[in-house]
Amino acid sequence: MTISLRTLTGALALSTILAVSGAQARDLIMYNGGDVTSLDPQKMSGDWEDRVAGDIYEGLMTEDAKAKPIPGEAESYELSDDGLTYTFHLRDDAKWSDGEPVTAEDFVFAFKRLMDPKTAAQYAYLQYPIKNAEAINTGKIEDLDQLGVKAIDDKTLEITLERPTPFFLGALTHYTAYPLPKHLIDKVGDQWVQIGNIVTNGPYKPVEWVPGSHVLTAKNDQWHDAASLKIDGVRFLSLEDVNAGFKRYRAGEIDYMTDYPKDQFDYIQKNMPGEGHFVPYAGLYYYVMNNKKPPFDDMRVRKALSMAVNREVIGPQILGSGEPAAYGWVPPGMANYPDEGAKVDWADEDYKTRLEEAKKLLSEAGYGPDKPLNITLRYNTNDNHKRIAVAIAAMWKPLGVNVELSNAEVKVHYADLREGDFQVARAGWLADYNDPTNFLDLLKTGVEMNYGQWSNTDYDKILEEAAVTRDMEKRGDLLKQAEKLALDANAAMPIYYYLSENIVSPKVKGFEDNVFDKHRTRWMSIEE
Amino acid sequence: MFGFALRRLLSTIPVLLIAITACFFILRLAPGGPFDAERALPPEVLANLRAYYHLDDPLIVQYLRYLGRLAQFDLGPSFVTKDFSVARQIGIGLPYTLVLGGTAFLVAIVGGLVAGIVGAIYQNRSVDYFVAAVAMTGLVVPNFLVAPILQLVFGVKLAWLPVGGWGDGSPYFLTLPVIVLSLPHIARISRLMRGSMVETLNANFIKTAKAKGIGRWRTVLRHALRPALTPVVSYLGPAASYLLTGSIVVEQIFGIPGIGRYFVGAALNRDYGMVLGTVIFYMVLIVVLNLLVDLTYAWLDPKVRAR
Repeated sequence: MTISLRTLTGALALSTILAVSGAQARDLIMYNGGDVTSLDPQKMSGDWEDRVAGDIYEGLMTEDAKAKPIPGEAESYELSDDGLTYTFHLRDDAKWSDGEPVTAEDFVFAFKRLMDPKTAAQYAYLQYPIKNAEAINTGKIEDLDQLGVKAIDDKTLEITLERPTPFFLGALTHYTAYPLPKHLIDKVGDQWVQIGNIVTNGPYKPVEWVPGSHVLTAKNDQWHDAASLKIDGVRFLSLEDVNAGFKRYRAGEIDYMTDYPKDQFDYIQKNMPGEGHFVPYAGLYYYVMNNKKPPFDDMRVRKALSMAVNREVIGPQILGSGEPAAYGWVPPGMANYPDEGAKVDWADEDYKTRLEEAKKLLSEAGYGPDKPLNITLRYNTNDNHKRIAVAIAAMWKPLGVNVELSNAEVKVHYADLREGDFQVARAGWLADYNDPTNFLDLLKTGVEMNYGQWSNTDYDKILEEAAVTRDMEKRGDLLKQAEKLALDANAAMPIYYYLSENIVSPKVKGFEDNVFDKHRTRWMSIEE
Repeated sequence: MFGFALRRLLSTIPVLLIAITACFFILRLAPGGPFDAERALPPEVLANLRAYYHLDDPLIVQYLRYLGRLAQFDLGPSFVTKDFSVARQIGIGLPYTLVLGGTAFLVAIVGGLVAGIVGAIYQNRSVDYFVAAVAMTGLVVPNFLVAPILQLVFGVKLAWLPVGGWGDGSPYFLTLPVIVLSLPHIARISRLMRGSMVETLNANFIKTAKAKGIGRWRTVLRHALRPALTPVVSYLGPAASYLLTGSIVVEQIFGIPGIGRYFVGAALNRDYGMVLGTVIFYMVLIVVLNLLVDLTYAWLDPKVRAR
């Protein structure tokens, strides 16, 4: 009797386990923001596209759950003593989703295509550390074979760099470094990327794509670690209305949101404990001042304006979502950098003292109650940018600064910024790879994104020196020195650091917060 | 009748050409281009991109090339959604919009006519006032407000219906978007129908019918409905073109991949090919719908046919 009862209980337990595991095997539904523009990794440009690409392709290196680079299609690598040549050994079981092996030639083909000016890949410059990459991409060298990427044999790839590049392994996780299925592209050309043709080498493969609705992926059984995958596939929803998306999340129709309606911050903190993942993220919100035009060629004016911005109220009160104040240029937590980055000297002064000092600086520069400073502050059309601009204009008012606000849609805004057609303007930057040069390069002389056109030969020199320094600690110190220099000169006005803004259902396990805000779904599972 | 239709269609070709030309050049006057973004592209890459899409040719050459392609019914590539041509994108989005818009159109007609007729029959009584109040509410509350409220009540709180998504396209998923989309049209149609019906019911031939002792509903449906429909039909043309070209608000809020968002989205992205493609598509659609309205007129009103 007891035995049969136990058997019965065992059978029941087993069937429950089966039922539960059956229920687990389902798609992850992700709110992914914008529409994916292409499944060709060399034609992508947005983080919402990266989320899809990183799931369906795998580079030589890939990311772990905390976004640290780990070997992907490469099993191991060696670096030459001069720091210039990497030799990668591909995994024997690296395969495309049609069962064809992933070869070194697939990588050579992909890197050449990436740099070929005809491809017009928007993010090709991320792989400029590779020898001759920049020259080929900009048309100075026409022979693609000059690129520093060679297949030694089917499974061995050699990459030569222009100069030692400490963050190169991190750059190899980027979608510009994914291999392409040469055997397929040779056969069908541009049509390779269509659903029905496409093969990929990552954990998942795309199986359905309805523009304006979703991209659906399914497990790629040919992937080397397919047995470890705990979800069947991912439905990447493209949904522009974040409020509607959030309602769907609340109704249980979405498991994971990569954005949320900012006015719901308090509601989420109060009513959905543990679901809002708001952690510092490698992004900077800042204002640029046009260094080529008076009065912003005067450092005192730039400094006064920067000091008068009360950053502590912007995240918590104006945005209402707690973004941390930025007194430095490099967001905290970046790799290859000292734990404590540089800060402006006055970071710890109280706001009153700063205002007094700012007033003094402005009057030294010739502005005051009798001669008010009139400036136009530009931002790209967006409610939050507007709120911040209004608040900052009010903070500048006591200095005798009159601000006129002017907004334009994002395309016009950045086109004008590049033309230098502004006085003070809003800008933002998200890191492409985990290294402080991502941010410091924005202030280099002659760089397209250096909208304020601040220029300092010492700064440029330090960055050049850091670029060839192989001792990572020494390099970090040099970069920090450059950061301090730029901050002291008030090259631009950092305002706050971005927070990652993921809302993750308690059902989703394996989601790890990280400063790079990359969360590959291969590490996640769903438990109902 | 056929000759009339053909002449109408042919006469739209010059109109179409003018619209395309205006649209083509106005778009290029707008500052910014398809490849301006938060991150500036290196100038060489930008040059490569522009060359790839022939944007570096003189404008007039680009214009002639576009017309040349168009003559072969090729709407060209999309600069933003690179894997799909403009024609293919419209082809993918259109079925969603047609199902959604078509259903909303039918619901609007049936709902509007019934509400209008009831209002006319019970003229100036409480039923009439009630119907008018409901209809006006549907008209004045904008759909970007109605939609989230319905989502919150029926999707999140009561969990009767999905908050969004197309799902399998079943009534379960369609109910909320169709209601939001048809509400203002139900309102307009019911007001038109009521006014016209009240007028018709006072006409002499209806009095004759009544005098003959024909029942009230029979009088309304057999004798009054057809003449009373004329003003409603003239509204149906614009209503249909509005519903069938998709609604950006409803599509975005409910996450439906129709073609409504193409127009606005493409204009903001400076996706020149896509904007022109949708303009052409809309124009052809509107011309065809107006033609259908005219033909319906002829069927409804013998006086039009005689002319």
